[in-house]
Amino acid sequence: MRTGNNKRLAFYLEMLRIRVIEEELVRYYAEQEMRCPVHFCIGQEAVPVGVCQALGGADTIMSNHRSHGHYLARGGDLRRMVAELYGRETGCASGKGGSMHLIDRSVNFLGATSIVADTIPIAVGVAFANKLRRRKSVSVVFFGDGATEEGLFYESLNFAALHRLPVFFVCENNLYSVYSPLNVRQPASRNIYKVARSLGVESSRVNGNDVEAVNRASASALRGIRRGRGPYLLEAMTYRYLEHCGPNCDIELGYRAKEELEQWKKADPVAAYERKLIRESVISKDYALKARNRIIKEVGEAVRYAKSSAYPEADRLMMDVYAQ
Amino acid sequence: MRNNHNKKECGPKGKRLITFTAAINEALIECMEKDPGVFVMGLGAPDPKGVFGTTLGLQKRFGTGRVFDMPISENAMTGVAIGAAISGMRPVMAHQRADFVLMAMDQIVNSAAKWHYMYGGQASVPLTIRTVVGRGWGQGPQHSQNFQALFAQVPGLKVVAPTTPCEAKGLLTASIEENNPVIFVEHRWLSNQMGDVPEGYYSMPLGKANVMRKGSDITVVASMDMALEAMVVADGLLSSGISVEVVNLRTVKPLDAETILGSVAKTGRLVVMDSSWYEFGVSAEIAAVVAEKGFDSLKAKVRRLGLPSVPTPTSPALAGHYYPSEADICLAIGDVLGVRLNPRKLGFKDVVGDVPDEYFKGPF
Repeated sequence: MRTGNNKRLAFYLEMLRIRVIEEELVRYYAEQEMRCPVHFCIGQEAVPVGVCQALGGADTIMSNHRSHGHYLARGGDLRRMVAELYGRETGCASGKGGSMHLIDRSVNFLGATSIVADTIPIAVGVAFANKLRRRKSVSVVFFGDGATEEGLFYESLNFAALHRLPVFFVCENNLYSVYSPLNVRQPASRNIYKVARSLGVESSRVNGNDVEAVNRASASALRGIRRGRGPYLLEAMTYRYLEHCGPNCDIELGYRAKEELEQWKKADPVAAYERKLIRESVISKDYALKARNRIIKEVGEAVRYAKSSAYPEADRLMMDVYAQ
Repeated sequence: MRNNHNKKECGPKGKRLITFTAAINEALIECMEKDPGVFVMGLGAPDPKGVFGTTLGLQKRFGTGRVFDMPISENAMTGVAIGAAISGMRPVMAHQRADFVLMAMDQIVNSAAKWHYMYGGQASVPLTIRTVVGRGWGQGPQHSQNFQALFAQVPGLKVVAPTTPCEAKGLLTASIEENNPVIFVEHRWLSNQMGDVPEGYYSMPLGKANVMRKGSDITVVASMDMALEAMVVADGLLSSGISVEVVNLRTVKPLDAETILGSVAKTGRLVVMDSSWYEFGVSAEIAAVVAEKGFDSLKAKVRRLGLPSVPTPTSPALAGHYYPSEADICLAIGDVLGVRLNPRKLGFKDVVGDVPDEYFKGPF
């Protein structure tokens, strides 16, 4: 099935937007004013965009410590995200969360947390509530390869399979957990998506740098989930370019080969797609340049908004511990 | 444990004696009838034993969608409950032992307790986690632990510890109504205790302690099994002319410092009893609060009684020395009052049995 040009344009613009926002934030990060740990998703943009473009408005999303892409692809408010990174009261979590705790309930982005695998069962619980209340909504959760080593992963898939819950597990396998490669953490013969099958969850693996492939796989998975076939796991193979946490490239540390990074960059989800769309005359080089400049301007405005926003007053410290 | 204080009424006066277990069961039924968002999950929730009888009949009444068993996945199932809670439901989880809840510390502490704060108050987690604390019959190191202090230290959690059946019902209802995660501690020794419990839906405020017995010479602060022990000793000391005021916590967190300080202001003397380890425990916190805010009213040193910092031994011979006896409580009170008391002469037992009453039969 061929993807229509309107859709392809949307894929491209969404991926480009995440890429440019992240690149700009990397630049601003050097000012040391975003005083929280930031896990950039440069290199992994095709997964959130491919998945989110397949979702309906009632579907919900949860994410992890590397959540900017998911938040933005779902339509989360950029200004409030940047303000959150700057610790301002206008931030999406009023400055109490930071980069690892983004939330925008207006677009059903229910939250991101910084403990590996912690949102997997919570997303399953959201699906459970949806099923109990007969709400037509799929609960989506993004996590990395490392999360599949946590007990929570197995426990959550087991329960989701047991109750045939409408939940879509998206595993972004970027091959590393901080500095530890997959091959020191899991047996070489292991395939994460096959582990899901052994637990009773349908699954497949996809090239996570191919936005159209991710979108097709997601749309197909979501159709099955909506028809009551139970949960589905998609393993998307991808790669992060920067260090685990922070704005720098860390290739000089030697825990991963320069050639490996170069190889993945050749299959860059944004640049390769841009070349393809230019080659097929869907967009022009000029269009791409203008789009990029428009996003740079948008980030600049968001950063200005954040910097001109007030810090939370001291009395906020003691507030919100308990709900009324 | 002597059974002569179970008829103390604690709420609106009624004339109906039921067990602590039946009171929990009633609270669950009435909350589920009132709010369709309440559901009950737990290992064994619908089984023939029904979590020591507390969940019996619920599944038949409310269906498999709202009352269900769960895989032995305490951590993920707590996450599932959190997910349902942020979706507007009010899950009640039941754990047959507090010891098993340690498997879920990550979701309780990292997720449930933080959710409201870390998103700036945009979402809350109305979740009740029932944890049964075992004692006696050789349940030993991993089936008798009470982690009330561990939970109470975490901002965002509330910790509730009822003593009487009336409190069990009213406080469980309040916990389920609460828009925050609540650790609801049920002491296994209280299961068969009878008490006056009003019919119908009612709740008692969290964070309010109860003066279980008025007195003028010394304050004993306690909860659960220890509150009942304190009542026994308070009764026995009357003949010696000692008037003991017993403050029953009801809620560990938020701590009702006002009631405790008010009582100490009156008596000037304090013994704090802990149903768990007293070092770094709830009793330590209470002693510290009184030292900080009620120092001027104190006429004597403060004493703590509770479990020594060792794991619970299994053999009844050792467990008998692990829990404070009536004689220990009597001696501590005498120590603070500066009077020499003879527990044996006053009829206080110096050996602790390994069952709460004659109805309690093994295995647990």
